[in-house]
Amino acid sequence: MMDQHQQAFKEEAYELLAELETSLLELEERPEDEEVIGRVFRAMHTIKGSGAMFGFEDIAAFTHEVETVFDLVRNGKIPVTKNLVNITLAARDQIKAMLDASAEGGMVDEFRTAEIIGVLKGMLPEAESSSPEDPQPAKEATKEPKESFEVTYRIRFEPDRGIFMRGINPLSLIKELRELGPCRVVAQLANLLPLEEMDAESCYVYWDVILTTKQGIDAIRDVFIFVEDDCELKIDAIDSGDAFGGEAGSKRLGEILMERGDLSPEELKSILSQQKKFGEIAVANGLVEPEKIVSALVEQQHVKEVRQERQSQESASSIRVPAEKLDVLVNLVGELVTVQARLSQTSAGRKDAELLSIAEEVERLTAELRDNALNIRMLPIGTTFSKFKRLVRDLSNELGKKIEMETSGAETELDKTVIEKLNDPLVHLIRNSIDHGIEMPEERAAAGKPAQGTIHLGAVHSGDSVFITITDDGAGLDKEAIRAKAMEKGLIPPGVELSEKEIFAQIFEPGFSTAKKVSSVSGRGVGMDVVKRAIEALRGTIELNSKRGEGTTITVKIPLTLAIIESLLVQIGGDRFLLPLSLVDECVELTDSDIEKSHGRNLANVREHLVPYIPLREKFRITGDPPEIQQIVITQVSGMRVGVVVDHVIGEHQTVIKSLGRAYKNVEGISGATILGDGAVALIVDIPQLVKGVEAQSLQ
Amino acid sequence: MGKIIMTADDSASVRQMVSFTLKQNGYEVVEAVDGKDALQKLGGQKVDMLITDLNMPNLDGIGLIKGARALPSCKFIPIVMLTTESQDSKKQEGKAAGATGWIVKPFKPEQLMAVVKKVLG
Repeated sequence: MMDQHQQAFKEEAYELLAELETSLLELEERPEDEEVIGRVFRAMHTIKGSGAMFGFEDIAAFTHEVETVFDLVRNGKIPVTKNLVNITLAARDQIKAMLDASAEGGMVDEFRTAEIIGVLKGMLPEAESSSPEDPQPAKEATKEPKESFEVTYRIRFEPDRGIFMRGINPLSLIKELRELGPCRVVAQLANLLPLEEMDAESCYVYWDVILTTKQGIDAIRDVFIFVEDDCELKIDAIDSGDAFGGEAGSKRLGEILMERGDLSPEELKSILSQQKKFGEIAVANGLVEPEKIVSALVEQQHVKEVRQERQSQESASSIRVPAEKLDVLVNLVGELVTVQARLSQTSAGRKDAELLSIAEEVERLTAELRDNALNIRMLPIGTTFSKFKRLVRDLSNELGKKIEMETSGAETELDKTVIEKLNDPLVHLIRNSIDHGIEMPEERAAAGKPAQGTIHLGAVHSGDSVFITITDDGAGLDKEAIRAKAMEKGLIPPGVELSEKEIFAQIFEPGFSTAKKVSSVSGRGVGMDVVKRAIEALRGTIELNSKRGEGTTITVKIPLTLAIIESLLVQIGGDRFLLPLSLVDECVELTDSDIEKSHGRNLANVREHLVPYIPLREKFRITGDPPEIQQIVITQVSGMRVGVVVDHVIGEHQTVIKSLGRAYKNVEGISGATILGDGAVALIVDIPQLVKGVEAQSLQ
Repeated sequence: MGKIIMTADDSASVRQMVSFTLKQNGYEVVEAVDGKDALQKLGGQKVDMLITDLNMPNLDGIGLIKGARALPSCKFIPIVMLTTESQDSKKQEGKAAGATGWIVKPFKPEQLMAVVKKVLG
């Protein structure tokens, strides 16, 4: 682009130089002809001005010297002599040489240039000989780095009445101020005249602007650059970002008015001597116009808000900490919880009132510390939501479906590690909704639904869990197809009637897939069972609800954190176990007579409902006899109520989860361990896995 | 439709540069080779803004600004003059004649656009 302009300039300059030569020769014949002198001056002026613009600084600088001389000739201060014409012609040739050189990349005789400049300068009268101004504007070079802290300014802008006649719109200047930062504007109408005396093309209004900006006072002055000589402009800094320099409170109304010069100190005093609202008195006494009071009040308000904002920003500042440090902290808190449990247990046995009260205090503080430590690792789940939006967009395009994704509860917080581990299962579930759930646009239209399908991803916090729901308004699950498929795969024994929920639960079984053709998106037969296992590994549960033709909702329930859980401490023989409290529904007794009545089937009658149970004593092969009255802890697993039989229920327990290490990774029915208050180890029972194992056994 | 800006300059290269820059930024441009030409064209066409050089044959920039301000259609439009640093008296003269603002030569396309956006709002 620049080359093109440079070329244009060169062509023009050659033309001008040819014209200049003719003009100079004419001038030699008619040295008094002002028109010719003007022509010479303009030619020089254009070469100089345009030259500098298109990168010919040397030509511009040189021509400037010639122009300076001819400016004086034009004003009659230097006579046209043969000598002048000669040196100007020489200068003209030199300019041409410079142009040629730039075109061909040659060199210019710089001595010649200096020589000509010397002669030209010699022609100037004494006072003018030192070049009065640099042709290069010095303005740009002095641009300093902008100040970065916020300062609040009070600007009074009172334009001349005739400002409109120069095509200036004062409102666009105020608009420019607004772009610099938060800003309040009050129009001052005090100068308005009675209507019949006003000239419609004059400006009677002036403005008070309170502006907070980081750009510095020069940026504000720049806004008014074209009007600064034709207006009253007053800019004062009234509040700087310096937190220590500012006065403790806001300024009072009277102080502001006095600072602005709207009110004299004497007037201020006389008003203050009357004990009434300041603004009212000032107006009532006719000392200040109401608009000025409004403007001062606006300033007061603005400064107050800016300060508040600054304070809240300072207090909301955060620090970045490596995740490992937090993990260490959480581990330490876990140890502390364990020790605290020991302290509580020991002190309970001592009957020492003072020790007991200390133990209670420690317990309370530990609980608070634990909640806070865990809270630090919480992140809003919304960060993963945005990734899913992209997934929906890309996949729906690939499949030719129209799908919109909605989200809610993005601010719901979950433990960082949980969020990371949730990612893959959620991706899978959303893929399934897109591929199997939402129909093609034509099918949807035929079914009377909007062509665009919707997938809603929501997160809700409830108790110590977070519920994540994925809802689509697609075709819903085909109950019969699932049943048929499950029968075919041998997942449902013949003759067994299952509830709708149980049928839907089949799709989480390994090796189950109803999609008739395999697409790149889902339906490769690995899928929902993997999702279920991943969710269960997070000690979560997954549930599915669907209505044919209306859509499907999948609900994933996830505990808030993985490190510490509430659990139920139970005892079998001499061993103690922990059951995650989030799964526990209720506890009921199991007597010997109940066992007899069920004729060897592990079923208990709980309020007229049959509940299957797992005798943990048998399952874990614990020797010894059970007590006469055992306890059934009834749990919720995949929408089913299943009991777990233990000897005694001891009570709730804050459980710090310790992993068992690789050697015990494949032990079925155990998900971890913890250290109890007396130092003993208790195993955490993995109820969903246990139930699944028993189911598989009974089917065989 | 974009706003129409007139550039009046006897230097073809400046005219070309101004016109090119404005067109690139979505404005329509009317070119005039001197003050007389500009005034004539302003009589027959409404423009939203005028950018004029000060030194021009036939009718100079000051004359053009005065003439334009006398036209009802140009009474309140922004008029920006192109000056050189050494012409401070000219600047005052131009302001008195009714110029809205000025651009100091030499200038870059970005500087031109900054001023155009400033005065056109």
